[in-house]
Amino acid sequence: MNKETGSAGFPGRLWKLFASVRLTVIVLLSLAVTSIVGTIIPQNQRPEAYLNEYGEFFYRILSAFDIFDMYHSWWFQFLLLILSVNVIVCSIKRFSALWKIVFVKNPFFDISKFRDFSDKEEFVDTRSPEDLKRIYVPIVSRSFGYRRIEETDNGFCVFAEKGRWTGIGVYIVHLSVILLLIGGLIGSVFGFKGFVNIPEGKTINSIRLSNTGKAQDLNFDIRCDDFSIKFYDSGAPSEYRSTLTILEQGKSVLTRDIIVNDPLRYKGINIFQSNYGELPPKDITLNFKNRITGMSNKQKVSLGQQINLSEDMGQFVVKGYRNSYDFGGHNLGKTFMGILTPDNGSPVHVIMPVRFPVFDRMRKGKLAISVEDYDRRYYTGLQVTRDPGVLVVYSGFVIMIIGCFITFFMSHQRLCVEISKSGKNSRIMVAGTANKNKLGMQSRIKKIAKNLSK
Amino acid sequence: MNSSNLLSIVTFTYALAAFLYIVSWVFKKQLPGRIATWIAIIAVIGNTGGIALRWIESYRLGIGHAPLSNMYESLVFFAWTIGVIYLVIERTYQNRIIGVLATPLAFMAIAYASLSPNISDRIQPLIPALKSNWLIAHVVTCFIGYAAFAIAFGISLIYLLKRKKTGDKDGFFNHLPDFSTLDELTHQMVTLGFLFLTIGIITGAVWANSAWGSYWSWDPKETWSLITWFVYATLLHARMMRGWEGKKLAYLSIIGFMAVMFTYFGVNFLPGLHSYGQG
Repeated sequence: MNKETGSAGFPGRLWKLFASVRLTVIVLLSLAVTSIVGTIIPQNQRPEAYLNEYGEFFYRILSAFDIFDMYHSWWFQFLLLILSVNVIVCSIKRFSALWKIVFVKNPFFDISKFRDFSDKEEFVDTRSPEDLKRIYVPIVSRSFGYRRIEETDNGFCVFAEKGRWTGIGVYIVHLSVILLLIGGLIGSVFGFKGFVNIPEGKTINSIRLSNTGKAQDLNFDIRCDDFSIKFYDSGAPSEYRSTLTILEQGKSVLTRDIIVNDPLRYKGINIFQSNYGELPPKDITLNFKNRITGMSNKQKVSLGQQINLSEDMGQFVVKGYRNSYDFGGHNLGKTFMGILTPDNGSPVHVIMPVRFPVFDRMRKGKLAISVEDYDRRYYTGLQVTRDPGVLVVYSGFVIMIIGCFITFFMSHQRLCVEISKSGKNSRIMVAGTANKNKLGMQSRIKKIAKNLSK
Repeated sequence: MNSSNLLSIVTFTYALAAFLYIVSWVFKKQLPGRIATWIAIIAVIGNTGGIALRWIESYRLGIGHAPLSNMYESLVFFAWTIGVIYLVIERTYQNRIIGVLATPLAFMAIAYASLSPNISDRIQPLIPALKSNWLIAHVVTCFIGYAAFAIAFGISLIYLLKRKKTGDKDGFFNHLPDFSTLDELTHQMVTLGFLFLTIGIITGAVWANSAWGSYWSWDPKETWSLITWFVYATLLHARMMRGWEGKKLAYLSIIGFMAVMFTYFGVNFLPGLHSYGQG
């Protein structure tokens, strides 16, 4: 083959390829099928988790295809790109033809076509065609925007139509798809999504990005003044609430509570309640029970503070705190750990689960130590995002709904009422057509015929 | 009477309606069909009452919220939307054949809610993530979409059965609506479903953006709803632009409904954010 003709034909062939609905069907089905993969294989986990699950060999193959972050992989984005080009090319190609149809001044009606319809309605009226004309035209005008009256050989004919413009509905939907993709692109290029934990009373000015783990500076500070949880009687959580203060150069400019579903928006940045946790407590009230005498002794201590015990029992220090503690396969929940050093003996580890005050009795020491109370201190977990594409995406949403409605539920309807003289009477034919919902149009024609024959 | 009892009765009412629709079809008798319509209307009214009663009960418990917050409630609402849409179609097209498949679907949805041991009918308080005005808009639009697809699925099954059996003159299939009517009806239900699925996904995205900070996270339920959307978008393009009809479209409509069912039930077996839909 000649090289030149090949290159000259290439753009044309490419255009033809992208203008085909066959390509649309293939790309849509490919997107549907490949999307399944990411719902079965959990996305964006740590590599170790995948290695564990799939082994070295399959891990390498899967990660070569970005399966572990497949919705952001080059090939998935490539499918979306093909879809966009396909939508744009199809729309351009068909829109120019549609433009001529939509903005025609004098719509063409072919009466013989209407006469050929099998579901036309016919009846006879005793009034003259002229009388009927006066009655019919207003009735038809009531529900059809455009109408035209034409003389025929032995009578006349009313043509009417409406909804010619609804043909653009599908292009409105296509436009909305492009808007969604553009909005998504803007968001991924200029936006970010990250998280930050703030202990009560502390202030932060940067967050950690979800995708890279890098720090992202904010142009302001966020302080968490308070965090609280409310519970239902059943014990299920009913509300997570953080009181946040925004500070600019050390000065507080705004204080507001946020709860799930009610974020704080400041300077294009959105701050969401998404998580919380308990911090190691500062003050702990311990109960020391002498297992021989049965005497109890309560004492308030701080984390890490060494105290001397009465009755020459030695010294005790609370060394640490964990939100969960694994004991022989059982989770003990919130647990304090301490070290008891008797006056003459080696140090002993003491485990003090909050939920099980009698736990330390199992150690069978002279003292049984348990946690009586402690101050609960929380940190709030915030999701922080910036997405300048949201407005574009939302306008895409609105346009898509409007476009779908026009495309599916509004149609281009054409009506023809022919009245011809037949002896003393008039013969009337009502026929119509619609580009969508043909069943609905049939019953509409019946209704119109019924109205006219009254 | 509490809402659970009422809805148990509704379950059996749907079963009776389904039985009568089938009897009317098999024996080609009009009378059972006419009774079936009335029974179906009673079932839908009872279903409405059950939902309303449950709503009132939740307020009496001091945790008032629309009864659309868990699997049980969504199944009850699913049955309701199928019932309502079917009755509208029956009235519009004056044909009871679709009832042969639609009422059993409504029955199965509500029976699964009442009888499955994994689904609790207790009224539970809303977890913080569900406390939003978007809850009602999102769930209602999604389920109107699902119900329309369910009916499209039923019509497609009828279509395929009729295709298979044409020829034997005495079959049950001769007084079914003709192929073009079935085809057109499937298409109408798919377009209705597609519009509402679109609105359902969009309200979900807007809600997600106000609750989690991003309108799209590729969580399995989101992804499966998009897969469903892709399948029906394919169907619409294949029909409008490539002139597909009949069998091919019926198969696509069935595949689409499988995707709907997986979005609804199957996703609960996958990890993700929509976990409150499970029990």
